Amino acid sequence: MVCKIADNIFSPLGFTTEENYQHVRQGCSGVRRHEGWRGLPYPFAASLFDWNRVQLVDGFTPFESIVIRSVEGALAQTDVDAASPSVLFVLSTTKGNVDLLEAPSPASAMQRLPLGAAAQVVASYFGNPNMPVVVSNACISGLNAQIVAMRALQCGSYDTVVVVGADVLSRFIVSGFGSFKALAAEPCRPFDIERFGLNLGEAAATIIYRRAEAGSWHAVRGAIRNDAHHVSNPSPKGEGCYRALRYVMQGQSAGDIAFIGTHGTSTLYNDEMESAAIDRAGLLAVPVNSLKGYYGHTMGAAGVLETVLSMRALDDGIVLGTKGFATMGVSHPLNVSASHRTTDKRAFVKLLSGFGGCNAAMLFKKGGMA
Amino acid sequence: MKIRHEVLITPERAVVDGKPIPVTTHGIDMLTELYRTRINDYPRFFKMDELCRLGFVASELLLQAAGDRHADSEDRAVVMFNSSGSVCNDRKYQATLQQPDGFFPSPSLFVYTLPNIVTGEIAIRNGYHGETAFYVLDKKSSALIDNALRATFCDETTQSILGGWLDCEAPDDFLAELYLIEK
Repeated sequence: MVCKIADNIFSPLGFTTEENYQHVRQGCSGVRRHEGWRGLPYPFAASLFDWNRVQLVDGFTPFESIVIRSVEGALAQTDVDAASPSVLFVLSTTKGNVDLLEAPSPASAMQRLPLGAAAQVVASYFGNPNMPVVVSNACISGLNAQIVAMRALQCGSYDTVVVVGADVLSRFIVSGFGSFKALAAEPCRPFDIERFGLNLGEAAATIIYRRAEAGSWHAVRGAIRNDAHHVSNPSPKGEGCYRALRYVMQGQSAGDIAFIGTHGTSTLYNDEMESAAIDRAGLLAVPVNSLKGYYGHTMGAAGVLETVLSMRALDDGIVLGTKGFATMGVSHPLNVSASHRTTDKRAFVKLLSGFGGCNAAMLFKKGGMA
Repeated sequence: MKIRHEVLITPERAVVDGKPIPVTTHGIDMLTELYRTRINDYPRFFKMDELCRLGFVASELLLQAAGDRHADSEDRAVVMFNSSGSVCNDRKYQATLQQPDGFFPSPSLFVYTLPNIVTGEIAIRNGYHGETAFYVLDKKSSALIDNALRATFCDETTQSILGGWLDCEAPDDFLAELYLIEK
C-alpha cells in the first residue's frame, strides 16, 4: 500500500496542517480584495501571503522558500533521511519562479527560471541525490504528482516519495487569469447561482508517501483523463472528469465515500462541468465540497493542499463546508453544504481539472488494507 | 514496453523510423514546411505556439508512420518531457505586460504558457480521452523518462503511449524525440 506518513500545509492561513485545519474549521478565509496590486489596473480577490511573516531561506527565491518550509515541516514528523537515494522528490507547480521574468535578476537567480532547475536546488538543499520530477500539468499537477508517487512506490523504484506542490502569485499569473475574465473581485462562491469567477491563492503543501503494509491514510487509485475538447474551456459534459471519476470508482461502493472534494473554482463553466460529470458517474447523492472559498485556487499546490486538509478533516469525522455557497447554481443538483457536516465514513475522492483539457481523480482511504 | 515508431525533429532535419524526410528549410520554418507538405488539413496549427507546433508535427508524422489514428479512444496516453517548460511563450507573454504603450495581456498567448497544452492539442486532434501529462526535468535523463513511461502503464486502461522528449528553448533551438509505444 501507498501510505501517507507526514504532511504540511504552508499557507496564508497557517504554517502547519493543524493551524490551517483549525482556521478553516472556524470558517476563516485567506481571501481578501486587493486593489492596485503590483500596478495591476483592476481589483481582484486572492489569498496572499504576508511576506513579512514568511521566513525566507537565505539564497532562495520566495517560491523556493515556501517549498522548503513546507517540506521541512513534513519531514520533521518522520525519520526519513531525505539524503537517501531511495527518496524521490516530486514538485507540482504551474509557474515556479516565473516572476524572475518581471525584473532583471542576478544571473544566479535567472538560472532557476526553468522549473527543473528550481526543483533541483530544493532537492539539493535537502541533500537528495536524485533528479526531482516536476509535474507541470496545469491545475491538475497536485494530483498528477501524487499519482506519480503512487506509481513510483508500486513499481518499487523508491521507498519514499516527497510530494510538494506550490505556487506564488505574480503579475504574470494574475494578468493571465484576468485576460480570460476569470477573476472575481470579491470572495468566490463555488456552485452558487451568483458565482462570478475564481480567486487565486498562494500556498505550498507537502505529503510524504511510503510503501507500507498498513497505515492511516493511503492513496488507493488515481487517474488522469483528457476532454479532447478545447485547450481552455472544459467539456460541457465533463467528459474527462467523468472518465477519471469512473476509473477511480471501479469496484468501489458510492456508499463508502464520505465526500467528493471537487475542483470547484467558482467559474461558470468549471462548476457546471463538474456537476455534469458527477451526475454521469451516478454520484449526485454523495456530499461534495470545494475549498476554494478558504484558499482561492492555489494552482500547483491545490491538489496537495486540498488532499491534506480533507484527510485532516475526515480524521475528525468532518466534511468541510463550501464557503461562499448559498443557492444551488449548477444544473445537476449536487449535495453541497455551506456548513461543515459530520460523517463516519473513511474514504473520499478528490477531483481537479485544468487547461489543456486535463482532469484528475484520486481515491483515498483511511486505515486497514487497500 | 515496445517502441513501434519513432520520430526525431531538430532545427535541421526530420527523421521518421530512421528515414530522413527531405526538407528545404530549417528551424521554425521547417515545421511549417512539414505541416504544408505532410499534413495541411488542420489550420489551427497556425494558432499554436512553437512548442505545440513541434509536438503537433512530430505526433502527426508518428501516426502517419503507424497508419492508425485510434480516434475517440481512452487507451492511448500522451506523455511528454522537457527541460525548458514553455519558456519561449512565457517570454512573449511577459512582453505583453511591459509594452511601452501599456499593458495588453493576451489570453491566447497566456494559455500557451503551460507546457502541457501540447498534450491537449494532440488529444483534441485525435479524440484521445486517455491520460495526458507533462513533466519537466532539470536535464534530459533517458533512465528517468523510461521509468516514467513504464509507470504510465500502471493505469490499466492505458495500452499505448505517444510520448517522449519535446523541448523548445527558442524558435531556432528545439528537439523532438517522440515514440509510439505499446504496453
